[in-house]
Amino acid sequence: MPKIRKNIAISESGFVFDPLSGESYSLNPLGLEIIHLIKNGQSYEDLSEVLLAKYEVDQETFDRYFYDFVATLKQFNLLEVETDA
Amino acid sequence: MEKLPFERPTIQKISAGIPSKHGISRKLEPLSHIDGLSIKSLINDYGSPLFILSESSIRKTYKEAYRAFSSRYPNVQFAWSYKTNYLNAVCNVFHQEGAWAEVVSGFEYDKAAANGVPGESIIFNGPDKSKENLRKAIQNSSLIHIDHFDELYEIIHLSREMDERPKVAIRINMDVGIYPKWDRFGFNFENGEAWDALNRIKASKNLDLIGLHTHIGTYMMTTQAYKIAASKLAQLAVSLEKKHGHVIQYIDIGGGFASKNTLRGAYYPGTDTTPSFDDFAEAITSALMSSEIKPDHLPMLILETGRALIDDAGYLAGTVLANKRLSDGRRATIIDTGVNLLFTAFWYEHDIRPIEPISDQMEDTTIYGPLCMNIDVIRGNVMFPLLKKGDHYVVRRVGAYNTTQWMQFINLRPQIVMLDMKGKAHLVRKGETLDTINSQEITPEHLQNFNL
Ligand SMILES: Cc1ncc(COP(=O)(O)O)c(C=O)c1O
Repeated sequence: MPKIRKNIAISESGFVFDPLSGESYSLNPLGLEIIHLIKNGQSYEDLSEVLLAKYEVDQETFDRYFYDFVATLKQFNLLEVETDA
Repeated sequence: MEKLPFERPTIQKISAGIPSKHGISRKLEPLSHIDGLSIKSLINDYGSPLFILSESSIRKTYKEAYRAFSSRYPNVQFAWSYKTNYLNAVCNVFHQEGAWAEVVSGFEYDKAAANGVPGESIIFNGPDKSKENLRKAIQNSSLIHIDHFDELYEIIHLSREMDERPKVAIRINMDVGIYPKWDRFGFNFENGEAWDALNRIKASKNLDLIGLHTHIGTYMMTTQAYKIAASKLAQLAVSLEKKHGHVIQYIDIGGGFASKNTLRGAYYPGTDTTPSFDDFAEAITSALMSSEIKPDHLPMLILETGRALIDDAGYLAGTVLANKRLSDGRRATIIDTGVNLLFTAFWYEHDIRPIEPISDQMEDTTIYGPLCMNIDVIRGNVMFPLLKKGDHYVVRRVGAYNTTQWMQFINLRPQIVMLDMKGKAHLVRKGETLDTINSQEITPEHLQNFNL
């Protein structure tokens, strides 16, 4: 699972601030929920199980949008740079 | 427990203050129907991609343009510019509305004639008229707009050989204050070449000089240029009457009115910046009415309006093939229409939208065609909702120049339907098949077989 960079500030309303770049972002409710689950260290299996139970969506669609979302986080440099550990 | 509706997770950058160049990004409303017919059902019935033309939109636009001119000027005639869209169904809608034909090649001439346009209602423009073409045009009393001196001499020669009086006008280029100047076509006004050509026609005695023609450019966003053009042509008409006692029958101001499409790189959308037909009509007719032309000698005003009459009536609907991310993370959506079919993507920031409500969430997206080429971009950097593979899109205002300039490249050209006044669809051009292409080819005997 990806990790959110430590110094990123995330508010309850989905407002995100990156002190390093000075950029701010806004998350929609599911975006915020996923970020929280990631921060809590959930595995992908657990995370998708929780959300599939809660929302009207199939696994395939969810996978697609989840990975797309993570790609966007990466594009905005909000993720820890992965090391080959 | 009832499940909650799913909306895909998103994160969007908040850019402080500066709105995007088209203002705060608006919601992209889907377009699901054209003239009451569902685009989805049209795609199901006729395939994807699919060009869709609206007959009612053509007629409505034509009537609006005609009214703008005829309410200001006593004698107005439109001539449908074939090159803009020469599907027979389209041409015939214009001919039914009363438009003549304006053609620029032997092929277009024959197409107009085959549609049943009488010879004397065909205007023959352009630098490319073969001797055979000219012979035919003279025989049929068509209106020949002379482009250069070589053509003038050829027509004089033919008039003697055929013992006919060809009906001619000259094409005139001029400075109307726009850049770039279109001085490739016709005779120049400012350096006296046009006046010289007119005098030679009068001196030849064999030709009927009936008109003066100009076409100052295409996608013109200023009405002032037309005012200047109309005044200059009026000056020539006055000089002809003064010197030769010759009254010309028409002034043909050409085409060139901008459509409501947005030019690439334009700051404001075309829907906000394009002058109306009334604006163009006011500039042109006021210049003619206030010229020195005697009121009872006011010539017929001919218009060869192309794109502004047909752009709005054309739609291109199709299907999303895939989504990708570019190496810098930006979104790319690949659709089944490339620049080979949508030639005008090189000029316009086309209005492309989904046909069904998808989501309010939009993302900076580049929309690519399916061709294996880098230039195959339908829209760069557009705020667009994420369409899935198999979802449908529609591009608006594609009626002009696409189904004449399209290329058969890699794939076959698709079907074209026209929706009639009652909203019923008619197939007006069949999609190409392998046979269409192969039937043009001849493989030499020794190349017909191989062993692999
Ligand atoms: C001689 C002539 N008339 C009319 C037109 C139609 O122009 P538009 O589509 O810009 O109105 C053209 C287009 O190039 C043209 O060359």
